[in-house]
Amino acid sequence: MNKIVSKEFLSDNVVKFEVEAPLIAKSRKAGHFVIVRVGKKGERVPYTIASADTGKGTITLVIQRVGKSSRKVCELNVGDYITDLVGPLGKATHIEKFGTVVCAGGGVGIAPLLPIIEAMKKAGNRVISVLAARSKELVILENQVREYSDEVIVMTDDGSYGQKGLVTEGVEQVLKHEKVDLCVTIGPAVMMKFVSLTTKKYDVPTLASLNTIMVDGTGMCGACRVTVGGQTKFVCVDGPEFDAHQVDFDEMLMRLRAYN
Amino acid sequence: MSEYLQTERAQSWREELRKNIKNKERTEFPRVKMPEADPEIRSHNYEEVNRGLSLEQAMAEARRCLDCVSPNCITGCPVEINIPKFIKNIERGEILEAARTLKETSALPAVCGRVCPQERQCESQCFYPQKLKKEAVAIGYLERFAADYERESGNISIPETATPNRIKIAVVGSGPAGLAFAGDMAKAGYDVKVFEALHELGGVLRYGIPEFRLPNEIVDVEIEGLKKMGVKFETNCIIGKTVSQEDLQADGFQGLFVGSGAGLPNFMNIPGENLIGVMSCNEYLTRVNLMQAADDESDTPVYKGKRVAVIGGGNTAMDAVRTARRLGADEAMIVYRRSEEEMPARIEEVKHAKEEGIRFLTLHNPLRYEGNENGQVQRMLLQRMQLGEPDASGRRKPVAVEGDTVWVDVDEVIVSVGVSPNPLIPSSFAGLEISKWGTIVVNPDTMQTADSPIFAGGDIVRGGATVILAMGDGRRAAKAMDAFLKNKTL
Repeated sequence: MNKIVSKEFLSDNVVKFEVEAPLIAKSRKAGHFVIVRVGKKGERVPYTIASADTGKGTITLVIQRVGKSSRKVCELNVGDYITDLVGPLGKATHIEKFGTVVCAGGGVGIAPLLPIIEAMKKAGNRVISVLAARSKELVILENQVREYSDEVIVMTDDGSYGQKGLVTEGVEQVLKHEKVDLCVTIGPAVMMKFVSLTTKKYDVPTLASLNTIMVDGTGMCGACRVTVGGQTKFVCVDGPEFDAHQVDFDEMLMRLRAYN
Repeated sequence: MSEYLQTERAQSWREELRKNIKNKERTEFPRVKMPEADPEIRSHNYEEVNRGLSLEQAMAEARRCLDCVSPNCITGCPVEINIPKFIKNIERGEILEAARTLKETSALPAVCGRVCPQERQCESQCFYPQKLKKEAVAIGYLERFAADYERESGNISIPETATPNRIKIAVVGSGPAGLAFAGDMAKAGYDVKVFEALHELGGVLRYGIPEFRLPNEIVDVEIEGLKKMGVKFETNCIIGKTVSQEDLQADGFQGLFVGSGAGLPNFMNIPGENLIGVMSCNEYLTRVNLMQAADDESDTPVYKGKRVAVIGGGNTAMDAVRTARRLGADEAMIVYRRSEEEMPARIEEVKHAKEEGIRFLTLHNPLRYEGNENGQVQRMLLQRMQLGEPDASGRRKPVAVEGDTVWVDVDEVIVSVGVSPNPLIPSSFAGLEISKWGTIVVNPDTMQTADSPIFAGGDIVRGGATVILAMGDGRRAAKAMDAFLKNKTL
C-alpha cells in the first residue's frame, strides 16, 4: 500500500500525484515505469515515472483520465492509498553525451519525457524540447522542461499557445536548421509514428517510449508485444524504449484497440 | 534414509496392519475411482472437477498398499514423501497423522495431491504396475485426501521449527520452488522472507493453474501454514528492480534462493500472431486466474471467444482450453502437431478435457492467422502432419504432409508452446552463470550457483517443468544452503 502525499490537477483531465514509494524512488532511473492497481477488482496498468524524490521517498506520476482504470486512480486523494504499486520496471533510458538531442513530447507524454530531458542535459547534451498539445491548458510541466532545455518549442493544434501546428512541424523546424544526433519521443502512439517518419527523412536516430497494454509488466504475459525490425519484442522487459524507425506503429495502434 | 524407513516400517502398528490382511487379498481390491463433477455442468462453472475421496473410499484404497520392504514409490517422488507411512496411517484411520507425515517432507501436500503427475512419478514405481500389471495404489488421491481432511478438520498441524538462528534468508518468488524452500529453511530455524513480484502470493499456483483444478483457497491455506512457521512475505517487490542484490546484502541477508519461474511465453513467429485475439496462455490464464477477469466486477477484460483454438499439448494448454469452454466457447479445440500419444499433458487432464467436449486436432500445426479489417483474428491455416522417425526427445518427429492444409474459423487463439525463463534476475544479478536458454546454471545436486550463497531452482533452472520438480529443487537447495552456511560460520 502506497500513500498519496500530494495531488495537483495539471489540466482538467491530467493529474499529478506524488506517492510514497521509498524503494522505487531510490532505484528508479529515467525511462522506468511502474504498474498501478486500484481496488481489489482493479486492473494492472503501467505508468511511466515522471520524477522521484529520494529524500522524501516519493515518486511522481502524471496520469490522464482516459478510461475506467485511470479514472479510478484520478479519483484518489491525498492520504488515500494505492492498492498495489510495483516497479521500477523496464529498461532505463540510455543516457550519454550524444551532442544535440531533440525531445518531442505530446500531451501527457511530456511528464515521462521530463526525467529524460533532465538526464540528457546533465550528460552534457544540447537539449531542444518540442512540446505539443491540443490547446494551451494541456501543455504541462513547461517550466520544468525549460529548466533543463537549451530551447523549447511549443506547438498547439488550435494555436492557443506557442505555434499553431503539429509536433512534427516543430521537430522538422529544428531538423531543417541544425544537425541533430538523437530524437526521443513520448506521446500518443500516432504522434510517435509521425515523429518517427519525420526524423527518418533526416536520418536522425530516434527513440520512442511505447505504452502498450500490459497485465503483469514483468515479462510473463506478452500482452505488450510489438514488432520491432521484424521481430516480436516485449515492451515491459525489452523496452519501453525502442528504435522508433524499426517499430511497426500500425500494428501497435491496432493492438491498442484490442479491448475497445 | 533407508534405515529410517525400516525403523518406521518396523513399528508394531505397521506390523499389525500387515498381518491383518493377506497380500493376496489386498491385491484383489479394485483401485478407487475419483468422484468427479458432471462434465456437462462443470464445463460451465469453475467448481473443482475432482471432488475428492470419502473417508471410507480412502481407507479402502489404503488397504491396497502392500507396505513394501523397499518402497520404490518413494524414489519416484521428487520430495521423497514417506508414502507407505502416510498410507498406512490412513488405513488405520489416523488421518491427521497421515497429514503430518506428508508435511515432514512436502510443504504443499494439498497442492501436490492435485497437480502432481503421479502416474509418472510415485505411482509409476508402485509394485502393482511394476510386478502385477495392475493399476497403482492411488497415492495422489490419498495424499489429497489426507491434506484436505486435515484442513477441513480445523486441526492443521504446523511443523516444528528449530530454535531461531537469526540468519536472514531471502527468497525470490512465491511459487512452488520458493515455498518449498522457505518451508524447509523455516523448519531449520532460519529467518526467511519471500519476495513476490505480483500482488498475490503463489506464483504459478495462483496465476497459472485454474480454480477447477486447484482452488485458490487451497493455496491460501498452505501459505498461511508457512506464515505460522514464521516465514515472512512481501508482495509487489521485484528483486533486482525494487530491491537490488546490494540492498539485500546491506539488509543482512546471508543466503538467496531464486525461484523466479518461467517468465517469457514462447510464440511461434508465424504470420498473424500479433492479431487481436491471439495471445499467450500466460496472458489468458493470468487474466482469468490472477485478475479474475471473468468476474463482471473485475476491471480486467478478457476475450470470451466462441471458437477458441489452443495451440499446444501440455497441461497449460489443457488448462487454457478448458477455461475457454467455461467462459462460453461453443467450440474449444486443442491444436497439437504430434499425436495424442506424445502429448505431454497428464492423461487425466486429457480425459477431463474430452469429457467437457474439447475437440482435439492432433497432427495439425498452425501456419498463419488471418484477421478482419479491425485486426481481430478470424481464421487459421493448419498444416496436416504425420509422425516420422523418433527425434532427440525420443518422441516421433512430426513432419508436414506436403500440400495438405486446412482453414479453420476461430475468433480467439491461445498459444501454449512453452515458456522461457524470466530474464529479470539473470539480467540484474552479477556473477551468475546463464545458459544459452537463459536459465541459471547450478550444481544439480545442491542447486548452488558457483561458490556463492545464491541458490536457484524450479523453472528458472529447468526452463519449464512441474510444480513438484520445482518443490524438489527447493528442498534440495534448502538442505544444501543450510550445510553451506553452517560450514561457512564454523
